[in-house]
Amino acid sequence: MTLDLEHREALPRHDNQNPDLFGQTPSQTVGPYFHYGLPWKGGADLLGQSEIGPRLDLVPPEHFVLNNAHGSGMPQGEAIEIKGVVLDADGAPVPDAMIEIWQANAAGRYNGDADMREDVPLDPHFIGFGRAAASAEGIYHFRTVRPGRVPGPGNTLQAPHVAVSVFGRGLLKRLATRLYFADGEGLDMDPILSLVPETRRHTLLAQKRDDGAWWFPIHLSGAHETVFFDL
Amino acid sequence: MNGLLQFAREDRGFPPSLFPDYRATVARSPREALVHMPQTLTEVTGPGPVWDKLMGPAIHDLTTQHKGAPLGQRIIVFGRVLDENARPVPNTIVEVWQANAAGRYIHRKDDWDAPIDPNFTGAGHVISDAEGNYRFISIRPGAYPWGNHKNAWRPAHIHFSLLGPAFATRLVTQMYFPDDPLIDIDPIANAVPLPYRDRMVSQLDMATTTPNWALAYRFDIVLRGKNQTPFEE
Ligand SMILES: [Fe+2]
Repeated sequence: MTLDLEHREALPRHDNQNPDLFGQTPSQTVGPYFHYGLPWKGGADLLGQSEIGPRLDLVPPEHFVLNNAHGSGMPQGEAIEIKGVVLDADGAPVPDAMIEIWQANAAGRYNGDADMREDVPLDPHFIGFGRAAASAEGIYHFRTVRPGRVPGPGNTLQAPHVAVSVFGRGLLKRLATRLYFADGEGLDMDPILSLVPETRRHTLLAQKRDDGAWWFPIHLSGAHETVFFDL
Repeated sequence: MNGLLQFAREDRGFPPSLFPDYRATVARSPREALVHMPQTLTEVTGPGPVWDKLMGPAIHDLTTQHKGAPLGQRIIVFGRVLDENARPVPNTIVEVWQANAAGRYIHRKDDWDAPIDPNFTGAGHVISDAEGNYRFISIRPGAYPWGNHKNAWRPAHIHFSLLGPAFATRLVTQMYFPDDPLIDIDPIANAVPLPYRDRMVSQLDMATTTPNWALAYRFDIVLRGKNQTPFEE
C-alpha cells in the first residue's frame, strides 16, 4: 500500500481555493425562498416591542427557527413607522423582496465599532439594524426611532436618514438606497442628496401619511425609478 | 473625508443587476446609472457583535433540529470569512439556507414535486471566530428545476448571507459544489463571468473530512476590504 494514501488531497479543480482567484466573493440573488432563512421574528421592530419582520404564512411553524431575544426596553427618541411598497418596472408589486435598514439612534450615534464619538451617547436599547420580508402585496413595514443627524464628509452634517438595502428574487445584488424624511433638517445642505440630480431627489424622500407612517415606495425600475447608490 | 477609511468598491467579479438570461432581472433592475457617492459614517459602520439580540442563538448543526436524522449525505461546510486584504473578519454573522437532499425547500411557495423531509429545515447561522472561521453541519442539497426557461435546473447550492463590519460590506451569495456540471449552464451563476464565478465554488477538503462520518467542503468568503488610503475629496 502506498504510504501517503490517507494524506492525499483531492486534486483542486476550479474552486475558490485557487490563489490566483483570490478576491471578493461575487453576489448572488436571495432567490424566492429566503423566508425561513433570513427575516427573523421581530426583525422589523427596532423598538423590540413586536414580532413583525418575517412571513410566517410561508413557512410551516415547526420549521420556523429564526426567533429573537426580546427587546430590552424602549429606546430614546421619537418612535416612528416606516412603510412602503416594492414595485417592478411595470408597477407590479414584488412580493418576494426583502428590505434591510441601518441607522443611527435618536442622538445620531451608530451602534457599531467604527463610530468612536464618545461625546454622542449610545442607547442601550437600540441597535439600529432591521430586516423585513415584503408582504404578498409587496409591502414592507418597520417600527423604529427617528434617527439623529450624523457627520458627513469634511465639516458637513447629514440630514436624518436611514440606509436601505433591497434584496429579492431577480436581484443579483443588493440595491442600496437612502430614506430621508420630507421634513428633515438640513436636506438642502445634505452632502449625499446634493450628488443626486435634482429631478430625482424626491424618490429618496419619505412622506408622512395620514396614519402617521412614513411612506417610502421603492421603484426598482420604471418611470419613477428610485435612486440607487454605488458606494 | 478627514481620514475616514473607505471600503473598496465591488470588483469586476460582481454580476450586473440586469442579466436577461436570468429573466426575473429584466423588470427588477434599475435602468438609471447608480449615483456614485463617498462612504460616510453611515456606510462604514454596521451592527457590532450583538447577533444573539437580533437573529437569536447560533444554529450550526442543521441535522439535529428535529426528531430524526434528515435524509441525504451529511456534509461539513466550513471556511473563513476574510477581507480582500486577506485579513480575517471576526465576530460577524454567517447565515445559510438551502434545499433538502431532494432539492426541495421547506417553503410553502416551493411546489416542485420532490419530497419534503420533516427532519430537515435547512436554515442556520453562526458567528465567525477571532480568525474568521465558521463551520456548519448539514446535508448536501439537491439540484432543482425552476421556471426560467425550458429544462432549467439550478446547480446544488447553499445560500449564504453575511454582514461583515459595515453597511458597505453586506453580501448575499451562493456556494456551489466542485463536481457539478450544472454550474456552467446556470443563468444565475453565469451572471458572474469566469474566472470570478469559480470564487463561488467550494473545494472538497480531505483534511477536514471526518472518517466514517462526513465529507467536508471548504468555502472561504471574501468581503470588501478597507482601502489603504482615505477617500480624496
Ligand atoms: Fe436556491
